[in-house]
Amino acid sequence: MSSELPRHREVGLTDEDVLAMYEKMLLARTVDERMWVLNRAGKIPFVISCQGQEAAQAGAGFALDPAMDLIAPYYRDLCLVLIYGHSARDELLSAFAKAEDPNSGGRQMPGHFGDRQRNILTGSSPVGTQIPHAVGMALASKMRGEKSVSLVSFGEGTSNQGDFHEAANFAGIHKLPVIFFCENNQYAISIPVKKQIACENVADRAASYGFPGVVVDGMDAVEVYAVVKAAVERARRGEGPTLVEAKTYRLVPHSSDDDDRSYRSREEVAEARRGEPIERMRSYLTSVGLMDETKDAELRAKILAQVNEATEYADKAAPPDVSTLMKHVFAEGGTETNGRSTIH
Amino acid sequence: MAVRQFIEAIHDALAEEMKRDDRVFVLGEDVGVRGGVFRVTAGLIEQFGEERVLDTPLAESAIVGVSIGAAARGLRPVAEIQFADFIMPAVNQILSEAARMRYRSNGDWSCPIVIRAPFGGGVHGALYHSQSVETLFTHFPGLKVVVPSSPADAKGLLVSAIRDPDPVLFFEHKRLYRLIKEEIPEGEYSVPIGSAKVRREGDDVTVIAYGLAVQFALEAAAKLSEEGISTHVLDLRTLRPLDEHAIWESARKTGKVLVVHEDNKVCGVGAEVSATIAEHCLFDLDAPIQRLCGPEVPAMPFSSVLEKEYMLSADKIANAIRTLARY
Ligand SMILES: Cc1ncc(C[n+]2csc(CCOP(=O)(O)OP(=O)(O)O)c2C)c(N)n1
Ligand SMILES: [Mg+2]
Repeated sequence: MSSELPRHREVGLTDEDVLAMYEKMLLARTVDERMWVLNRAGKIPFVISCQGQEAAQAGAGFALDPAMDLIAPYYRDLCLVLIYGHSARDELLSAFAKAEDPNSGGRQMPGHFGDRQRNILTGSSPVGTQIPHAVGMALASKMRGEKSVSLVSFGEGTSNQGDFHEAANFAGIHKLPVIFFCENNQYAISIPVKKQIACENVADRAASYGFPGVVVDGMDAVEVYAVVKAAVERARRGEGPTLVEAKTYRLVPHSSDDDDRSYRSREEVAEARRGEPIERMRSYLTSVGLMDETKDAELRAKILAQVNEATEYADKAAPPDVSTLMKHVFAEGGTETNGRSTIH
Repeated sequence: MAVRQFIEAIHDALAEEMKRDDRVFVLGEDVGVRGGVFRVTAGLIEQFGEERVLDTPLAESAIVGVSIGAAARGLRPVAEIQFADFIMPAVNQILSEAARMRYRSNGDWSCPIVIRAPFGGGVHGALYHSQSVETLFTHFPGLKVVVPSSPADAKGLLVSAIRDPDPVLFFEHKRLYRLIKEEIPEGEYSVPIGSAKVRREGDDVTVIAYGLAVQFALEAAAKLSEEGISTHVLDLRTLRPLDEHAIWESARKTGKVLVVHEDNKVCGVGAEVSATIAEHCLFDLDAPIQRLCGPEVPAMPFSSVLEKEYMLSADKIANAIRTLARY
């Protein structure tokens, strides 16, 4: 273990990769912070944040191949969908509920991601429903002999939903190429994890479904990458699912409608901030000689300009036309009868 | 033309569609080796293998949720819920997910799945093996709800359901499985979703029904013709989208409408049928619209006496038609 290589190289990430990871994390944070400003200014009705979970998402996202692997994300996965090809502009269009929003054309709240062309399954609000979907996508992959895997993310509170257990059991039985990615941010709104699960880790739950559960430091993107990469390779080899639990911390209230002072102390949040993922990544990159103050300042300026441009664009963009309200309930053009006979 | 039972017709539709399109597969509890508890899927595992006839764990939300994911990746799952009564654990997946994937993604994603479920009573199934749950789903835009009443329709409608680009709930009255046989068309055919069918032409009273109730209504109509009452019978076949034009036309035909279903009355399909008639044909009516439905109790009891009291029958329908004819 006395390798001379920096940690990221040891796990198979190039210098460009870790720098790109850092950039996506910073972009996600900057977009997220912008949404809060817009919300507090009364410009957008709702925000739900990824702050504190960027490293976990970056590690997972870089371990996947967006060209073939599908994700079924949950509402905090801003950084993950940015890695999957969405831009600051796309997500701000969603925040402003504009027609050009690629997630839903302004139909869903922000954080409800989806984009078929980019292998992002459409998501909803009831927690955990996406977990069996990812298993179904993995089933399709296995039935067709394809190499693609699916990754589904969710919070630790959501690991109590029946859908998590039903889906994990199904995937375990059929050894499906799916990764259950739990972003444990210590709270489900106000409920701390100790009141949420009686076992120590969400990852412990994998044992009863016959596949490995791995705990990883979710504030460390390189560590998460290594663990998810191993899970992806295992899935591609046909060995079945893995449950990865990334231990993180939600740095801000649950959503723009929450006030977290009623259930956690400011000291606790301040303490968690000391280990926050973006700063950790920056200091790691500095320690291996890939980052310095000038470069960092340049990068941040570039991202800020992107987010400013995106905000302005999204703010000015057209809302959906009211005439579209009734569209897309069913397919237009009806059934696939293939021109065969129908009897009446 | 082959003579097929209702249950055989459903089996045939599955087998033929699986043969035609290798994206089609079935999944559910006991559908594989056992061939289904009612034997609808008997023989499919031998014909298509366990990959396409999947015996699932006992978990309805996963059966539907996994189907949704597989459909998102281009497959055509046909999920069986063993009894409609046990669809409840999957309701969130059906209503929050399947029904609105297309709408919520602005047309980007879709959900071409079929969920088959045996429903209905008169088989000593008691409270949890007799229910009619169709109304629960009929309320939701984004779902199609199909309830066939004859073997030929069961086959043709299931073929359409499997080929449909949107989620379809396919409710099979379990009492019909082996109750009726009929000649069904030779070769490949389908019956369009969303179109009702006149089962019997008549001039005095219109009965609008679906599922097993259609068979009872036809029996009643045959009996009443000997008494000189001519009954028009419309089989809805699809509950959503409802064939409103066929309903109006049938209502106008006689001016006297009796809506019949086994499901209880309050907020049932009959309420919607009555409302659309009231909205569009009020001045064509010669009598108030009548509904003959299951009673307002939570479910059907086990005792034969109580079950019989709960259930519809040709006699009960005949009495209701007579009263309306005399109005
Ligand atoms: C089925 C369901 N119940 C309740 C809610 C309301 N709700 C939204 S998020 C949330 C907490 C989720 O906690 P967790 O799974 O830990 O994810 P986190 O928000 O912490 O990332 C709750 C209760 C919901 N969306 N869905
Ligand atoms: Mg949480």
